[in-house]
Amino acid sequence: MEQMAEPVLQATGVSKYFPGAIALDEVDLRLYPGEVHALLGENGAGKSTLIKCLTGAYARDGGAILLEGVEIDPRDPLDSQRLGIGTVYQEVNLLPNLTVAENLFLGRQPTRFGFVDHRRMKRDSARILAEYGLEIDPGRLLSSFSIAVQQIVAIARAVEMSGKVLILDEPTASLDREEVELMFSVVRRLTARGLAVVFITHFLDQVFALCDRATILRNGRVVGSRLLREAGQTEIVTLMLGRQLEAATRTPHEAEPGEVLLSFAGFGRRGAIEPFDMTIRSGEVVGLAGLLGSGRSETCAAIFGAAPADRGEARLRGLPVRLGDPREAVGHGLAFCPEDRKIDGIVGDLSVRENIVLALQARQGWAKPISRARAQEIAEGYVKALDIRLAHLDMPIRLLSGGNQQKALLARWLATEPALLILDEPTRGIDVGAHAEILNLIERLRARGMALLVASSEMEELVACAGRVIVLRDRRQVEELTGADISPDAIVRAIAGEEEAA
Amino acid sequence: MIKATLRRIAPQLAILALALALNFIVFPDFFSIRMQNGRLYGNLVDVLNRGAPTALLAIGMTLVIATRGIDLSVGAVMAIAGAVAALAVTSGHHWTAALGAGLLAGAVCGLWNGFLVAVLGIQPIVATLVLMVAGRGVAQLLTEGAILTFNDPGLSGLGSGAILALPTPVWIWVGVALAAGLLVRRTALGMLIEAVGVNERSARLAGVDSRALLIAVYLVAGLCAALAGVIVAGDIKGADANNAGLWMELDAILAVVIGGNSLLGGRFSIAASLLGALIIQSVNSAILLSGMPVEFNLVIKALLIIAILVIQSPKVKRAVYLLRASTGQPARETRPPAPRRPAEEGRT
Ligand SMILES: Nc1ncnc2c1ncn2[C@@H]1O[C@H](COP(=O)(O)OP(=O)(O)OP(=O)(O)O)[C@@H](O)[C@H]1O
Ligand SMILES: [Mg+2]
Repeated sequence: MEQMAEPVLQATGVSKYFPGAIALDEVDLRLYPGEVHALLGENGAGKSTLIKCLTGAYARDGGAILLEGVEIDPRDPLDSQRLGIGTVYQEVNLLPNLTVAENLFLGRQPTRFGFVDHRRMKRDSARILAEYGLEIDPGRLLSSFSIAVQQIVAIARAVEMSGKVLILDEPTASLDREEVELMFSVVRRLTARGLAVVFITHFLDQVFALCDRATILRNGRVVGSRLLREAGQTEIVTLMLGRQLEAATRTPHEAEPGEVLLSFAGFGRRGAIEPFDMTIRSGEVVGLAGLLGSGRSETCAAIFGAAPADRGEARLRGLPVRLGDPREAVGHGLAFCPEDRKIDGIVGDLSVRENIVLALQARQGWAKPISRARAQEIAEGYVKALDIRLAHLDMPIRLLSGGNQQKALLARWLATEPALLILDEPTRGIDVGAHAEILNLIERLRARGMALLVASSEMEELVACAGRVIVLRDRRQVEELTGADISPDAIVRAIAGEEEAA
Repeated sequence: MIKATLRRIAPQLAILALALALNFIVFPDFFSIRMQNGRLYGNLVDVLNRGAPTALLAIGMTLVIATRGIDLSVGAVMAIAGAVAALAVTSGHHWTAALGAGLLAGAVCGLWNGFLVAVLGIQPIVATLVLMVAGRGVAQLLTEGAILTFNDPGLSGLGSGAILALPTPVWIWVGVALAAGLLVRRTALGMLIEAVGVNERSARLAGVDSRALLIAVYLVAGLCAALAGVIVAGDIKGADANNAGLWMELDAILAVVIGGNSLLGGRFSIAASLLGALIIQSVNSAILLSGMPVEFNLVIKALLIIAILVIQSPKVKRAVYLLRASTGQPARETRPPAPRRPAEEGRT
């Protein structure tokens, strides 16, 4: 290793055991001042667990942590914050029923004559958030904002808290390019001041754009540590997966889609999505592109009846159909994997098995229970097909790693064998290996005649899977790209609203 | 499945054994049972018999709490149902019709609560507080402020009669418990209720009819309360709108909590709640038998709650975790990692 200063944070031999799983096995990690250190690995490799052990959110079962050469043993995240380690956990945990400003300043509110100085708190909050390009009223409740905004608030809070080390566990999962850039510039400013930053993500391009070094975990062990300017993407991916990743370069199918499954005319919802016309055919993948807040998720929610349309009409196989709430939609063979898996997706305390059969059971009705044996069979099938990593099917789903929860939710909907599968950010938090598998799966489902509607902030993903891409801007459908016209550039141009000729 | 259930209710069984032993200490004759006129008598039988109202309420309350709700109105509903049944029987109707009228009143109350919670989206504690306060008033109006007595052997038999040597109330609560248990566990209702309790949004988005489920659990709670109210009225051969079911909602909630069911909703066990009801009744009995002033009852119940909470420490830790989260400290997982085996999450 090249000449470097003393590490700011040094962890040696950190281990963590869960019933039925060794999450971390003697993991070493060194963070040097001024570096951005990527922590990489497949879903379930132990990245989040390592962070939780370092910051005291979990009690570790072995190992030592040195902060600037002094042994520390943070008892809880608050403790580690006091020591100068600010953290954004993967499952953002802010308090949704407090205001943005209160969330930013929780535990260290500015006071005036012994009272909380709300005005100053709001003013400071606005200043801090402006650094991230966020111009919102910090006096509003956090829950009234999108997850992207919440994620930025969480980052801003952690940055304010971190004197020595900043840890970010998949902070960019729901952010757009621009916001990611803004976050990067904040991080660069911090490292220039000598902070060490840990950055966990599944976006390799972000890793190479921002990070200096990477430590790679596999099955709870460190399998390598590399200087990124000396390593190639393939090398890193191979380390992560333990195998080579076959390049998944699929050109979207030219095959004729089947007949029209769903058609919409003047379909929309006040304040959420402008009325639109759209058709979805069996055996085609329709992509939804657009910036954050452009109406991607709102379109999905309106079609599925989660936030039902209040105008226009929908037809299913030519017949008028009411999509007033999710139950009706599920009854008509629709399925919807929402964007925010923690709030809208998982039922945390129920087992993985129950979570996988939940939608199927709900559709069958309470009087026709799915037997335990049958549920086991269904769940086992999908665990195998989607390579969900878990100790056993009885474990509560909240204990699965983020990416594995996402796969389990996909399984929930596949189990209902839907006619239309709506996926809002289907690969959020999913590792590179599984990313390719999911794109393959989408193609296989399409080939079997399923219709898919995929909303995604990742252009490459849409290019790889969609036969048609609808571009949204300001809650309005502005353009439709088909076949060979679909390219990341074309999508970006359409989003930006440039003329074709440009 | 049976093993999982046993493991789930083991703490409650242990505490019940302890409470019964306490009875034995203060009153060595506690376990003796004798047969007289074809009917069993004894303190143990008394515990089962006197525990009937709490047990019935606990069944409904368990389901309501599993959905992350609470029903404060059950005591008042008992008073209403008792008054309605008494009115019906004193105005010359057959006791079965009176029972039906009482149950109907309970159903209406339950539906009202369900409507407030599921359709209007009012917080359960507030929604049911309305009926808790107003309901007793309604009962008093029905009985015109007096104790409405009746002399119908059928109706009073529900509260004080015996079938096959066992008091009728025992048959009733055991029967209702079995029916409820089979209903929720032999169908998918149990799981769907738990799903709604854990994360209603996710459940709804998965196609679960959370609104209907919510209404249903409050309906069941209303019916159970009505049955308890009729039993109590039958027992004293009269409807006492001022005292029937007074504070009983608290006993019912306590039974559910002693049963280890989280007030945060989700996983539930009716069997454990019933044991909770029996534990409460045993403690009442011990205090009565020891000749201590009844006021001790409250203190002892408080101690009991503390003991139970400590025994179920993972929950305490979780509560601490939530408390921390709500007081603004960053949330953290339990520590040490409570090695809760999946089997312990089993159900009945
Ligand atoms: N409390 C727990 N009990 C049991 N197993 C757990 C618990 N927490 C995590 N695990 C297991 O430990 C492993 C590591 O999980 P972790 O969340 O650290 O993965 P990760 O690398 O962050 O994955 P992802 O990229 O999907 O977020 C997983 O297999 C997970 O199922
Ligand atoms: Mg993780």
